[in-house]
Amino acid sequence: MNIACRATELTKEYVLKGETVRALRGVSFDVPEGDYVAIMGPSGSGKSTLLNLLGCLDRPTLGNLFLGDKDVAKMNDDQLSNIRATRIGFVFQSYNLIQQLTVVENIEVPLYYQGRASSASRKRCKYLAEMVGLGDRLGHRPTQLSGGQQQRVAIARSLVNDPYFILADEPTGNLDSNTTLEILNLFAELNKNGKTIILVTHEDEVARHTKRIVRLRDGLIQSDTRN
Amino acid sequence: MVVFFRTWALGIKSLMLHPLRSGLTVLGILIGVAAVIWLLAFGEGISREAQKQIEGLGAENILVRSVKPPSEATANQRGAIPYGLTREEFDTLVQTIPTIKSAIPIREMRRQIRYQGRLIDGRLVGCTPEYAEVTRLEIDRGMFLTDDHQRHKQSVCVLAANVAERLFPYEDPIGRRVYLADHTDYYVVVGVLRPKNATAAIGGSLDAQDFSNDMYIPISTCRQRIGDIVVNRGSGTFSGEILQLNQITFRVNGIDNVMRTADLIKETLKSHDRKQDVAVIVPQELLEQAKTTRLMFMVLMGFIAGISLLVGGIGIMNIMLATVTERTREIGIRRALGARRTDIVRQFLIETVSLSVVGGATGIGIGLLCPYMVGWVRDFAFRNWAEVMNSLPAVVKSVEPHIVPLSIPLAFSVSVVVGVLFGIYPAIRAAQMDPIEALRHE
Repeated sequence: MNIACRATELTKEYVLKGETVRALRGVSFDVPEGDYVAIMGPSGSGKSTLLNLLGCLDRPTLGNLFLGDKDVAKMNDDQLSNIRATRIGFVFQSYNLIQQLTVVENIEVPLYYQGRASSASRKRCKYLAEMVGLGDRLGHRPTQLSGGQQQRVAIARSLVNDPYFILADEPTGNLDSNTTLEILNLFAELNKNGKTIILVTHEDEVARHTKRIVRLRDGLIQSDTRN
Repeated sequence: MVVFFRTWALGIKSLMLHPLRSGLTVLGILIGVAAVIWLLAFGEGISREAQKQIEGLGAENILVRSVKPPSEATANQRGAIPYGLTREEFDTLVQTIPTIKSAIPIREMRRQIRYQGRLIDGRLVGCTPEYAEVTRLEIDRGMFLTDDHQRHKQSVCVLAANVAERLFPYEDPIGRRVYLADHTDYYVVVGVLRPKNATAAIGGSLDAQDFSNDMYIPISTCRQRIGDIVVNRGSGTFSGEILQLNQITFRVNGIDNVMRTADLIKETLKSHDRKQDVAVIVPQELLEQAKTTRLMFMVLMGFIAGISLLVGGIGIMNIMLATVTERTREIGIRRALGARRTDIVRQFLIETVSLSVVGGATGIGIGLLCPYMVGWVRDFAFRNWAEVMNSLPAVVKSVEPHIVPLSIPLAFSVSVVVGVLFGIYPAIRAAQMDPIEALRHE
């Protein structure tokens, strides 16, 4: 089975007010293609740091991180941007849609930074919007949508560049329980169709919907269990 | 190409999120650009006016004028002080300088002109027949002074249009006798002139001339009837002056000889140097000076316009810095979704350049309206505040702004440059943001 993401001895140190903080102290794990992983842990466990590293928003101090067959640990800023644009699908807690753009335009943003925005890609964006159930709201702006709908747009956006994995950061944190369920069902369906999903959460309720739970504590993996 | 247009469209969309803010920023550039065009147009208009006037004096002419010495120089002397050009000097000059083709002696004074019950303040000008040609006076009715009048010291006069109209509202002035106040002599009107525009002052030595209240008589008659002593009565005081000629206008035979002749004239009139009561005006020289002045004027105008553009640019930078802070989160999102630093820089630069280009284009439009608008505003002002307007200097009343063609591409490229220059710092600041921090920004 192919690997979507492989971390080996990931270490991240920050200097905060003259003190070195070791946020991650050697984390190793594999995410095979088609997996659905929840990363859990209390605050201060290094969860956010790991998320930033997986999302290529930051570089590890030590260790390697392979996305597909590429080691992103030593890449420069532009190369990381390129990886983010082509290989990672982000879903955030607060949706993070761009206010002045419509639903379709928001879905198109990652393509835009690959120079792949075209009329063909427009069609794909519309298709994705329909897939997440927003076919009748293509021209709406984010402020005209409910939280659940906005998160659907964000999920459609994360799929547009056909990424190695979807990286979801507390995707249901701002949603009520019904909508949470809808979103989790959508993730489950995507996973069933072969999408790899890494979901960061602190809610056991949410984590229970995944296939595997990785628990972090004090910058180390505490447990790695399959549901 | 598609990407470029999308970026552009996106920029416009972002700007339209704050129409008032964007509008005010555009206004800053607009005013700057319009100022460049307007100021250069005014500069050009004024210098053309001056040039026309100097050319009106005639490039082949040399003017020598008597200048009244400052009052402090004569304060401790009693009675009337003789000063200025003399007839003797006139004869010497004409006889000794071979390059002089012709010379016109001129005597001017303020006098009241009377016809029956009507009285107006006018300017009495004693001159020779050539005066009409040299100062471009045009005859409306009758004729100008002739050599015959001159030779026989006849008591005849030619009236400017305004004088004729006010003294003779209902009759034909030709053949009538007009009187100078305080004198019992009369002058028979032989001609009436067409209206002539006033000229503006050129330099310090040639005053603005208003030809509308003139009365012309032969200079020989003037000498005989009026003489050289002029007494000015004021309230409770009077002062006198002794002056033979106010001005001599020389015509030189050929433009190449002008400077040499002027030097000879100055040399001949050297005795006046100490009193400084004679000024030699060489229109050709003035023309050269006017060119230099024009250049200086343009530089100054450009400088002022540059400052207003600078202010507009600072406005752009200010707004863009605010925008960047406000859109930190959007920058974070875009970075997370794969935007490189250069993409962010481009996005913000496109916005500033759009602002400044829109400002530049409308500024050019308004700049081009300048000549029309000046006309309307002036007409309006004359209709409503005629007195105030009439008291303004002639330049203000008559200047016609003239658009300098070069100012249009200049203004436009300057506005683009301003957009880039003042947009680059906010854009780089946006691009340098840490995407993680930016995403966390509320």
